[in-house]
Amino acid sequence: MTNDKHEAVIGLEVHAQLRTETKAFCGCTTKFGNAPNSNVCPVCLGMPGVLPVLNKKVVDFTIRMGLATHCSVASKSVFARKNYFYPDLPKGYQISQYEEPMCQHGYVDIEMEDGASKRIGITRIHMEEDAGKSIHDLDVDTLVDVNRCGVPLIEIVSEPDIRTPHEAYQYLYAIKQLVTYLDICDGNMEEGSLRCDANVSVRLKGVEKFGTKTEVKNMNSFRHVERALEYEIQRQIELIEDGGNVVQETLLWDANKNVAVPMRSKEEAHDYRYFPEPDLVPVLVSEEWINEVKKILPELPKERRNRFIRNFGLPKYDAEVITAEKPVADYFENAASHLSQKNSDTYKSVSNWVMTDVLRVVNERHIAVNDFPVLPEHLSAMINFIIEGTISGKIAKDVFEEMLKTGEEPKAIIERKGLMQVSDASVIEKAVDDVLARNAEQVEKYRGGKTQVFGFFIGETMKATKGKANPKLVNEILKKKLAG
Amino acid sequence: MSFVNTPAFDSYRLRLAAGKESCVERTEHYLTVIHQRSALNAFLSVFENEALEEAHRVDQKIKRGTAGPLAGMVVAVKDVLCMKGKRTTCASKMLEKYEAIYDATVIERLRAADAVIIGKTNMDEFAMGSSNENSAFGPVKHPLDETRVPGGSSGGSCVAVAAGMSTTALGSDTGGSIRQPAGLCGMFGLKPTYGRVSRYGLVAFASSFDQIGPFANSARDVAHVLQVIAGYDERDSTSANVPVPGYLGAMNRNVRGLKIGIPKEYFTDALNSEIRSAIEKQIHRLKSSGAEVVEVSLPHSEYTIATYYILATAEASSNLARYDGARYGYRAQGARDLSEMYTKSRSEGFGTEVKRRIMLGTYVLSAGYYDAYYRKAQKVRRLIQNDFLDAFKKADCLITPISPTTAFRLGEKLEDPLQMYLNDIYTVSANLAGIPGISVPAGKDHQGLPVGMQILGKHFDEETLLRVADFLEAA
Ligand SMILES: [Zn+2]
Repeated sequence: MTNDKHEAVIGLEVHAQLRTETKAFCGCTTKFGNAPNSNVCPVCLGMPGVLPVLNKKVVDFTIRMGLATHCSVASKSVFARKNYFYPDLPKGYQISQYEEPMCQHGYVDIEMEDGASKRIGITRIHMEEDAGKSIHDLDVDTLVDVNRCGVPLIEIVSEPDIRTPHEAYQYLYAIKQLVTYLDICDGNMEEGSLRCDANVSVRLKGVEKFGTKTEVKNMNSFRHVERALEYEIQRQIELIEDGGNVVQETLLWDANKNVAVPMRSKEEAHDYRYFPEPDLVPVLVSEEWINEVKKILPELPKERRNRFIRNFGLPKYDAEVITAEKPVADYFENAASHLSQKNSDTYKSVSNWVMTDVLRVVNERHIAVNDFPVLPEHLSAMINFIIEGTISGKIAKDVFEEMLKTGEEPKAIIERKGLMQVSDASVIEKAVDDVLARNAEQVEKYRGGKTQVFGFFIGETMKATKGKANPKLVNEILKKKLAG
Repeated sequence: MSFVNTPAFDSYRLRLAAGKESCVERTEHYLTVIHQRSALNAFLSVFENEALEEAHRVDQKIKRGTAGPLAGMVVAVKDVLCMKGKRTTCASKMLEKYEAIYDATVIERLRAADAVIIGKTNMDEFAMGSSNENSAFGPVKHPLDETRVPGGSSGGSCVAVAAGMSTTALGSDTGGSIRQPAGLCGMFGLKPTYGRVSRYGLVAFASSFDQIGPFANSARDVAHVLQVIAGYDERDSTSANVPVPGYLGAMNRNVRGLKIGIPKEYFTDALNSEIRSAIEKQIHRLKSSGAEVVEVSLPHSEYTIATYYILATAEASSNLARYDGARYGYRAQGARDLSEMYTKSRSEGFGTEVKRRIMLGTYVLSAGYYDAYYRKAQKVRRLIQNDFLDAFKKADCLITPISPTTAFRLGEKLEDPLQMYLNDIYTVSANLAGIPGISVPAGKDHQGLPVGMQILGKHFDEETLLRVADFLEAA
């Protein structure tokens, strides 16, 4: 996509919807999915005479993100009004921050395609309120739902440090990981709780001056961001190569047609007339407050991945997959803590189960790990049974399926279904004797040197014991008897 | 100074307690006067039945001995304060049919104190004006001369008290809208310190200037109302969490040793000589009773009008954006698209002065002009605040005129907005600085029209203002 002569300069503006219980400036719930226009009060409806009161949790969450991205958190920040008319904006302005944002001058590290690490600067993180939703596609008229109105957001603005769509993807991924780890946003781009706009320009390599930028909006998934950026960079390069000039404009990504379409100029000709919000006092954040937040700041993805490699002896790949999402990492750690024998083999065993079986079901069923029917302590109880030889790995798959269905603990399932591994040598010996007696021909073959049929005896013995015989014992006894 | 027979609340309350009068009788009396003097156009809504029912309840409470501190007081409120289920028009066609869905904090507090709310008063549209001629429902007239203005923007509230239609009234003051009409009508009118009274439920004109305050026939009645409405409200982030003193206790009729500052910039040759001599007479009375008079300087006074009209209109342009015809209020018919609906609704729904101020405010905030106007005005506002802080190092309170003239004729200044804005020259500084100011009657001019005088105080020092006002009233 980028040719050898040109490089892209990309900056991202990410909006993250904060998971506070109540809205930013009133007591209404932020609950998703209630009837339209039911999560409202005079304040978020913008009735005459109402006043906003800042939800302290919003500040708390913003400090968390600021600290996690190495920003300096301002001891004093100021809300500002962003003025524009739209039916889903009841006050005719959005309360945001402008000249004095809450957090500034931070960074996140991302991994580039070659595996090297790259630092992307964060210009600022500020607090603001969300607007409502306009619904145009119904036959009647435009409908407005203001449930979302006043739900808190943070806007995270990156420096123009991003050079490729892949880096943009990685940056966005890092932001998503952070907000979910910090438990301040659910990070769902498809549902709009994480939104991303991009500023894109291209320039000749080696040139320092930026080219004219365009703004790309309406990218509703990680893939869209990558594809939209690929499209726009290519478009700009071709335009310049053909002797044209990039026009500063806003483009909307059309995911169905795979093109970015310019917004009508009327829609973007905004002068927001920002000025300090006179209904709110400046937000003062003390050192103590910042320290309080620092204390409760969870371990962040990078640190956790490294710890999983160090403490659990997990391969880098496993550690990455498992720490990609906090609930998965939590699930793993919870399960690991219930192991009866703790060593890199047993940890790896938990990792295998989580990566293959737990995540498979989670993805198939589109459920949250927190709602996974098999509790982490039940998973490790099952693994403990394998380690102790109570069940075989093969039987364990059946136990797992049953736990998925019933949510029972493995012990109950094993007992109820009689899945206990048979480790009684006399029982196995009897089964082996029967198998050998029934298959004299094969025994002859084996003894005649065709040792490949050994597998056949194993299979027959397991079948005879309904898969419950201890495979190690079966192996030993068979060898002994066949050598007979 | 009052020209109607409204008894002082203190003595009236004793008569109530003794069963010599009832709240119902008082309310009936006011309702009669409201009808008799309907030509003054002071009220936009009158709650005849509800007020009488409420008065009856109050009488019961008085009998049981469970009445609140304002039991027996009948209050009129400016139609810029929200009352649940009641029309709250702001004297605008835009909100002609709008019914508020909640009560303003001051309304809750008045009710909790057993005041009876008799109706909602006329005003300049969205509190923008100094003559009460900018009402979509016609001007309010001066009770002494119906060819003259009562001042504005809280003209209806002021006239309700002045003409004996209520015991007291609430107004709002953004640049003088309580003090100026009080001055023109010979009333007491207080603009409290910014943050002293909750603005929750006050329809905003300019958020960093607006304050709610009382009109009354006496300083003591002002104090009675302030006592109830003052104090922190968690619903208003700009309301101050500062203890409310007992205001009546401070009114000891003693001004000995009090330092009274006279800002020299307010007493230039430009001041009407009748007003000047009336105020000087009052200053002399204070001096002869032991107050010390000192000259002070407010060097940035010449910038107050410009600063005020930049900042207040900027805030107004944003505060009034919500009246767009989309959700409530006036919506123009026949618009073909969203943009036209906005333009038509706002062009038809707002009056001339409101539109003028929205345009001014939009201009000073727009890209390329913000630094030259809004930002600079913010800086000057700080300088003006500092002027007052410096002056209050030398003086406990300041005495100034309220308006350049006494009540002028209807229509006299309507065609010249700048002349109208200059009416606020003595009052806007208190809003810029956030300090309290009270209007006190200071005599009459040769036409028999009231002359008002303003006392300005330190932040949260309404006590001194009330003490001086009460002293002047008593002597
Ligand atoms: Zn709400």
